[in-house]
Amino acid sequence: MENSVVIHTINLVKEFPMGTQKVIALNDVNLDFHKGEFAGVVGPSGSGKTTLLNIIGSLDDPTSGDVMTMGKSIKSLSHKESARLRNRYIGFIFQTFNLLPVYTVYENVEFPLLLLDLDEKEREKLVWEALEWVKLTDKAQSRPNQLSGGQSQRVAIARAMVKKPEIVLADEPTANLDAENSYNILEMMEVLNKELKTTFLFSTHDEKVIAYLKRKITLFDGRVVKDEMVSRDDS
Amino acid sequence: MIKFLIKGLLRDRSRSLFPIIVIAAGVLLTVFLTCWMDGVKSNMVYTSAIFETGHLRVMTRAYNADISQIPNELAIIGIDDLLDTLQAEYPEVLWRPRIRFGGLLDIPDEFGETRDQAPVTGLGIDLLSAESHEKEILNLEKSIVSGRLPQSPGEIVLSDQFARKLNASLGETATLMGSTMYGSMAMYNFTIVGTVNFGMTALDRGTMIADLGDVQVALNMDDAAGEVLGVFRDMLYKDEEASMIAGEFNREHSDEDDEYSPMMKTLKQQEELASFLDMASTFIGVIIFIFVVVMSIVLWNSGLIGGIRRYGEIGVRLAIGESKGHVYRSMILESVVLGIAGSVIGTIIGLAFSYYLQVHGIDITSIMRNASMMMTNVMRARVTPGSAFIGFIPGLIANVIGTAIAGIGIYKRQTSQLFKELEV
Repeated sequence: MENSVVIHTINLVKEFPMGTQKVIALNDVNLDFHKGEFAGVVGPSGSGKTTLLNIIGSLDDPTSGDVMTMGKSIKSLSHKESARLRNRYIGFIFQTFNLLPVYTVYENVEFPLLLLDLDEKEREKLVWEALEWVKLTDKAQSRPNQLSGGQSQRVAIARAMVKKPEIVLADEPTANLDAENSYNILEMMEVLNKELKTTFLFSTHDEKVIAYLKRKITLFDGRVVKDEMVSRDDS
Repeated sequence: MIKFLIKGLLRDRSRSLFPIIVIAAGVLLTVFLTCWMDGVKSNMVYTSAIFETGHLRVMTRAYNADISQIPNELAIIGIDDLLDTLQAEYPEVLWRPRIRFGGLLDIPDEFGETRDQAPVTGLGIDLLSAESHEKEILNLEKSIVSGRLPQSPGEIVLSDQFARKLNASLGETATLMGSTMYGSMAMYNFTIVGTVNFGMTALDRGTMIADLGDVQVALNMDDAAGEVLGVFRDMLYKDEEASMIAGEFNREHSDEDDEYSPMMKTLKQQEELASFLDMASTFIGVIIFIFVVVMSIVLWNSGLIGGIRRYGEIGVRLAIGESKGHVYRSMILESVVLGIAGSVIGTIIGLAFSYYLQVHGIDITSIMRNASMMMTNVMRARVTPGSAFIGFIPGLIANVIGTAIAGIGIYKRQTSQLFKELEV
């Protein structure tokens, strides 16, 4: 299962209407991602990175082509099936954290588990486990507005990881963080990738993130212009 | 999950407290306006009924034909027998014989010469018999400003304003100069024993009230009365029942070929009152309808904005794995809870406010100073069973529809677009 394909894009095209014109965000993208990969899509703004992640995560539909996420064709999924796919297999980490502001850290992390209908004891165990991963057990009862940017993103990571998903899609996760917090978060994600064999797929143009990637896919004007395996320079 | 959503609802005041305040305010206004408009209309009908038209009115056919002239020469003869008949056949109605008359009221000085004099509108009603309900129906006891009500023959009360105009004091003699039933001149001395305030400008300007028996003597109307007013014992006008009684009475006792035979009319059949009531009902209905629609639009928008404002949060919930249907249903459920809470609060406050104005009313004497309309000087609201429900139209239904429409955006938009709206 180690090398099984978890994401498979087939001639993926995404166009957005802009007035009477169409902007091509993704153009014939064919990629495979395997279980346990720590990969990133890099490229300048507007190159289609976020669009690719959105379609993989079934948050957006392709104009043509298809994506098989965990063996399921994104194009053919109903609203309900999309939700089930995201709920069971995918965790999201956003640039702006997107925590639910009225809930505590504990409750934000617990939310995906409520959708999985787990009983309270099991939820409690998993939430504390996730908070321990991100070293935020002492902030469990805090509200998002009481946290720093780094802490907020760690909550977002805990929320994405609490259900132990197969795939984590992280859209510019360090864009709002300083260097120290960025490194902490990346270290954390790398550890989780190793320990839980979760596939991490980043969209980024942050050099700090790029330095951690084991596979780097470069997008330009919606096309894959380079797809390379990179070795980590620990120095 | 429901516990989780309720927790969020209670903590986020902009999602709970603010919408509840907006809904409650809208519902309060709707309930109050409905009660107020209904009260104004009911006041007019009630006032008209007790002073002018009754819920039912019996008079001769000829009197009815010329009613604006108050033609006492065409009054009902044999009023005692007629009253016995009415009371026996329609006990659910209080029957009140009366004579309306006009004339001059003269206040003499100590030499018997005219000191003050003014035109007067007179009302002869049954004040002295034990079975009379006039004092209660006309609220005379509570209307006394000075002195007392007549307790013996020959005593009258004047409207307080009129008494002041005549510089009349209690105990003074007042001479009525008018016309008898048979057209000759009538002069009759009364003793002023009290003054009253009717609370209606039209009556307060120049009215005297005397016992029916005295007026019958003064105007030579033995066993006669201009009309008999009937009011339902619960004081509420019921058109269907009134029409049935009037129809039955007219079939039994009225003769189209005899202009002196009695006839009965319902409140709605009198003096353009039907068209007035229909017009008032339509007018009030239209105002209430417009107001309810406007309030519905406001609260619909409030629901709509509340829903749209949360697109970002909804996007995150969808991204985490909640289904669109589940999010939509939770929004509707939330809106139902807020709608019910706001409507209940708004209705309670609206009803309390309306009830206060039903009991105390608003005094519009200064506005009514020159009015000749038969209308009470204190305008009151009226709380009806319908008032308890009307607010739920804008408060619950419109609000939920607004949220439902806002929620459709969840289905129409790509999820990615929804959570992007959270990113400022």
